[in-house]
Amino acid sequence: MGLRNACATNVLKRVMIQQEVTIKNRAGLHTRPAATLVKTAARFQAEFFIEKDGMEINGKSIIGVMTLAAEQGSTMNLRFDGIDEEAACAAVADLFERGFDEQ
Amino acid sequence: MEQTSSSLQELILKGIPAAPGIAMGTAYLYSKHVPHIEMKTIAESDVEAEQQRVRTANARSEKELQKILAFAEQKLGSQSAKIFEAQIMILNDTILMGSIEKRIAKELKNAEYIVGDEINKYKRMMLASPDEYMHERARDVEDVMHRIVRNIQDQKLFSRLEGASIIVSESLLATDTVIFSRNQILGYAADLGGVTSHAAILSRSLRIPAVLGLRNVTKNVRTGDSVAIDGYAGTIAINPNAQTIEQLEKKAERLKAFEEQLTAFAPLVADTPDHKHIELSANIEVPEEVDYARAQGAAGIGLYRTEGTLLARQGDPSEEEQYEEYKKVAEATFPHPVIFRTFDIGGDKLAPGEYHEENPFLGWRGIRVSLDRPEMFLTQLRALLRASTKKNVRIMFPMIAKVSEVRRAKEFLKLAKNELKARGLHFDARIKIGVMIEVPSAAIMAEEIAAEVDFLSIGSNDLIQYLLAVDRDNAAVAPLYQQFNPAVLRTIKAVIDAGHRKNIWVGMCGEMGGDPIATILLVGMGIDELSVVPTVLPEIKKIIRTIKYKDAVRIADKVLTLHTEDEIREYLASVIKKQLPDIPLED
Repeated sequence: MGLRNACATNVLKRVMIQQEVTIKNRAGLHTRPAATLVKTAARFQAEFFIEKDGMEINGKSIIGVMTLAAEQGSTMNLRFDGIDEEAACAAVADLFERGFDEQ
Repeated sequence: MEQTSSSLQELILKGIPAAPGIAMGTAYLYSKHVPHIEMKTIAESDVEAEQQRVRTANARSEKELQKILAFAEQKLGSQSAKIFEAQIMILNDTILMGSIEKRIAKELKNAEYIVGDEINKYKRMMLASPDEYMHERARDVEDVMHRIVRNIQDQKLFSRLEGASIIVSESLLATDTVIFSRNQILGYAADLGGVTSHAAILSRSLRIPAVLGLRNVTKNVRTGDSVAIDGYAGTIAINPNAQTIEQLEKKAERLKAFEEQLTAFAPLVADTPDHKHIELSANIEVPEEVDYARAQGAAGIGLYRTEGTLLARQGDPSEEEQYEEYKKVAEATFPHPVIFRTFDIGGDKLAPGEYHEENPFLGWRGIRVSLDRPEMFLTQLRALLRASTKKNVRIMFPMIAKVSEVRRAKEFLKLAKNELKARGLHFDARIKIGVMIEVPSAAIMAEEIAAEVDFLSIGSNDLIQYLLAVDRDNAAVAPLYQQFNPAVLRTIKAVIDAGHRKNIWVGMCGEMGGDPIATILLVGMGIDELSVVPTVLPEIKKIIRTIKYKDAVRIADKVLTLHTEDEIREYLASVIKKQLPDIPLED
């Protein structure tokens, strides 16, 4: 899986990258995956936003991620903006890919 | 009753008896503290101080929550404690706190207003979701917000009551349970909640009489009112009159004497005077209940409901998580046996929001769900097998309607065993399995089903509902739910006989098994095991130890000749009055 390649710079919006992900784990983005997601994103300087169904929240905010009510099979758009945006995108997309190591 | 308008009128409300005992005292109406939030404009020079108020309140809130978390972990188990971990994470949400501070500076509004407004945005979004899980999260978020605002306003957490009280509340949130740890609580009454709610389990484990499900007790009680609660009958008397108090005092005395006498029964075996042994065990659903069940004199656990973990969280619990829970129960019960019933829930509970059934009682539930969800079923079976190394674990399948379902469940068990073997893990290779008899078709085919398993356990609640076509939660037909209906009794007798013809034991784990009036009858019909709620164990044991088996058989034979529920009840009541005059039956 060329995740690193998938996290490519979006040419339309100059300095930022976007990545679409699908929730694979059965339970969706409930509290534990939400915490993992926020903790992972916090390791990077890049700003991180999640857009789902027209709603955008800050991906570094646990209360925001909890609000998404993202169930299995739903897709969302991740947006990273900052000096280490590619690394941040790869790390976060990998979490989704692995289903947050849940079933 | 004649009352003048000026005198305090007695009011008796009926609810669900959740924890036994009688308590009289002063009511304390416990309601969630909803802080009053005013919007105030602040001066630019006050911004720094206002932001500091939020930080201080946050730190204090976290301290409070850490204490509650520790208490919850100790008393309720780590699964229930997770709610507080989530609340603590919200307090540590730097993005959230950052935008609160920014808004204070930009909008020049007071701290509590901005905190309330900012957090409420998320609450509203959560409430907009159709998912019940999100609504619960919304309540958690609101709880956190109230906590921070209260601390900003520098109000102390309600924690200590003056003297001993009877707590009356709408419901008991997990966060509220801390009040039980800090105060002298005589009793507990609530609008909501049932026998299996956390409030009920906590009350029983702390030995506090409790009546739940009273619907509107909070509307009828004020702090300082005199109240009396009867945790046996499930009633609360508000402003009890002299007569009620006297009655309850007498009952408390009688029951105290009876209980003292009963504690002597706890270590004794449940044998009739003519040496017929009845295996008397307990129905429970959290590991913490094992100690209480044992103290009440249970030989083992006759029904451990496993679906608790499935309902408490989103998503299937992992094999490891289930194994930890089952192992804890098996070890606490050892050397006595524990019967784990595999997940018994409706499909609507598995996929909330998406899945609806017109008629869940006749729908996708119990073993039907497990057989359709191989991964979930195999994971549970592996966890159960791994917990069986001490050979005291039994597995029971719910909602079996036909022989082929038993065979398929057994194939899954074999598969689970092979998987564990391949992983080099130990388990009881000859683990005993059984079936709940609760669907009429299974009752009719009981002998053929008995040939497949090691035991049968009659689930009286569902069996009665299905046999009589009565939903007992439907008020219009609830009176038609009759456990002494002759058709019910004949079916039970037929199942017991079918099991015995195949040389296996037959038990009962429904509510009927815990009804003192039914005990003699069930023993007389040849039941081998009764699994009941822990609270009634001593009473049932006393009945078993008092009535001779041969008399019970005679009584059961007579009952099976009667044609109506009324005749049967009347006959049984007269028998009990004569043979067991000191059993305090409800009138």
